[in-house]
Amino acid sequence: MRVNWKTYNPGTFFDEIISSPGYARKPAKKLASYLRLLTHEELLQKKTAAELAIKTMGISFTVYSDAGNIDREWPMDIIPRLIAGSEWDQTSKGLRQRLVALNCFIDDIYNQQKILKDKIVPAELILNSGNFRKQCLGMKPKHRVWAHICGTDLIKGENGKFYVLEDNLRVPSGVSYMVENRRVTKRTFPELFADNYSIRPVAGYPAELLDMLVSLSPRPVKRPEVVVLTPGVFNSAYFEHSYLAQRMGAELVEGGDLLVEDDKVYMRTVAGLSQVDVIYRRIDDLFLDPLAFRKDSVLGVPGLFNAWKKGNVALANAPGAGVADDKIIYTYVPKIIKYYLDEDPILPNVPSYLCVDKLERQHVLENLDKLVVKPANESGGYGMLIGPQASKNELAEFRQRIKADPRNYMAQPLISLSTVPILGDRVVEPRHVDLRPFVLQGEKSYVTPGGLTRVAMAKGSYVVNSSQGGGSKDTWVVEDA
Amino acid sequence: MLLSRVAERVYWQARYLERAENMARLLQVFSALQLDLPKGMKLGWKSLIQITGHDSYFYSKYKQENERNVVKFLLSERNGVSLVDMLVLARENARTTREIMPTEAFELINGLHHFARDHVEKGLHRAERNDILEQIVSRAQQIGGLLAGSMSRDEAYSFVRLGRSLERADMTTRIIDVDAQKLMPQLEVEGAEPEAREPYDNTLWMNVLRSSSAYQMYRQHVRERVNGADVVKFLLQNELFPRSAAHNLTTLTKVLGNLPNSGKVTWQVNKTRRLVRNADLQRLLQHGLLEHLDLVQQEIGKVHYKIAETWFLPSK
Repeated sequence: MRVNWKTYNPGTFFDEIISSPGYARKPAKKLASYLRLLTHEELLQKKTAAELAIKTMGISFTVYSDAGNIDREWPMDIIPRLIAGSEWDQTSKGLRQRLVALNCFIDDIYNQQKILKDKIVPAELILNSGNFRKQCLGMKPKHRVWAHICGTDLIKGENGKFYVLEDNLRVPSGVSYMVENRRVTKRTFPELFADNYSIRPVAGYPAELLDMLVSLSPRPVKRPEVVVLTPGVFNSAYFEHSYLAQRMGAELVEGGDLLVEDDKVYMRTVAGLSQVDVIYRRIDDLFLDPLAFRKDSVLGVPGLFNAWKKGNVALANAPGAGVADDKIIYTYVPKIIKYYLDEDPILPNVPSYLCVDKLERQHVLENLDKLVVKPANESGGYGMLIGPQASKNELAEFRQRIKADPRNYMAQPLISLSTVPILGDRVVEPRHVDLRPFVLQGEKSYVTPGGLTRVAMAKGSYVVNSSQGGGSKDTWVVEDA
Repeated sequence: MLLSRVAERVYWQARYLERAENMARLLQVFSALQLDLPKGMKLGWKSLIQITGHDSYFYSKYKQENERNVVKFLLSERNGVSLVDMLVLARENARTTREIMPTEAFELINGLHHFARDHVEKGLHRAERNDILEQIVSRAQQIGGLLAGSMSRDEAYSFVRLGRSLERADMTTRIIDVDAQKLMPQLEVEGAEPEAREPYDNTLWMNVLRSSSAYQMYRQHVRERVNGADVVKFLLQNELFPRSAAHNLTTLTKVLGNLPNSGKVTWQVNKTRRLVRNADLQRLLQHGLLEHLDLVQQEIGKVHYKIAETWFLPSK
């Protein structure tokens, strides 16, 4: 049996491959006809081969469970997702614009606080935010950049346009899977590359990341010592920490490998202590330094925060950058862009309601069963309510939670996420996706071509998180023919 | 710049991989050996347990040291000392040092670990055992080859070599120790006079050599018929054979020359090396070999402690 695009039915959703039954969208035409050449059995064989490749290449992620941590093979659907080059160029501008503005915002918050004084953003929202670090006040990091690495979650709505769903400015992960997915697809569909499509390569990310990190070094040395700080092998993103360190040729360190003397950071090597210039940290702010933040942290390095404040070491992302990574602040981003850059946002936000505002809260409480409610600073899809799919009890529980702590909640209409085809056991079927591109900002800025596409593997589901059964796809930004 | 923690993991990854390979070789040889023995002559599976030094652990789980129990204990059981668990540990150490190893190295180690996990159960049956063990040895060799052919001769590589050479020296002395002193008496021949045993002694020593892939090299080197004294001398003191104790200790001294602050370790290795090289085997074979080998093993153990003390993170 072969793929039949006439019976492939995305319903009312925007499908990224098929515009109407049997007709492919322009960039996807070659992919759609190529897939039709293969029988379902052949596709399943390719799938098995891809899974085997993932297993031997050791592309894995860790799932936390009561029974301990399990190292699982990374789930990837073999059918790639396509984005037209011209569409991506525009999106990419929007992503840069957004990160530049957010960095102005963070720098302002920890210095003059003009935006608060001008009452564009209410001061109490910032000062009461769980991600605001008063210890960072007065700090001026190099290039005045705080969020050096940003994972911005994008979705496509019914009109086929990208919207920003959230900005991840703390320790966004997933970029290694973006690179590895491409490696697997090259093995799976070598015939689609070059002959059919010009696909923008993604393998350059680690080099871009290293250049950016090097540009942060406080010491003007030619080869500054750059390290990746991981919480350790039990962290769910350990694969990625190790992957990025390997590809950058940087040391992968744990808290115990570092120590601070005279406000300088050193690592313990076989040749003795060696000074560290830049730390790409994959540990949350609160665990970075037991002297500055949580005293019970065993992952961090005592004295690290002071070394950073003295300007003797760079931290990426800077402590406190998370103040702009908060679902409440998110709703102000269009205003933030206007305020600092005097430009209109190139990428729109998803319309949102703030529960802290009395009228908007009223609207949320009355329409809870139609909305998605998110807490201000959870990640990974935890602590969310999807109104249309929730039980009466869940709705009642969230109603209580919102009333008790309105500052902590915002709500959005349920956006009909776009669909792309996945290879099911019997047929090719549509599933919902989102996209996480990665944006870098140091001396210069950079956006990955495409990003990590996450897929909700269950029919009708919107949950794309790998910790909750989501899958992924290789994402191709293809040059317009 | 190599982190102390990473150095430790690289070192253990090499040791565990080497240990797994040695275990596979020993199991192969014992399994082959028993096919050569006549009816009524029993193979001392017990000595295999003694080589690994896990006697008391084994007897806490099993009453009898028969083939099935010993092979299960050393090959497939999830007990922290079996071949399959050595590979789990090798893989875990490799997984946590991926950032400094060639990409393919982890892929091969990971592949070997998956292969072993999926197949060792079958190795409990005689018919399939050899095939599986052969593959494990050959994949382990492939990993060594990949590292030799693609890793820069930097500090990380030095720790791979330290781990591998120390483990080899250790294992070879254990094999000699057990074989020379204990293996023969374990062969029980019902009603047979010592003369009747002789052809089998020969088989036995040939197999001891095979466990170290040493048979061919020994033949080229020692022109005489295979005999206990020459085998012990070859495995212990031959400088040219890459699995002999002497060769590996010499390798250690060379590797140490590339590492910073290696003085104390080198001193300890040289002490051990003298003990091996200067051993008067003619005399020791008559009397005192066992005690001498025990001494050598203790000194090898001290080499490890000096390495840990010098370069690894102090344990908290």
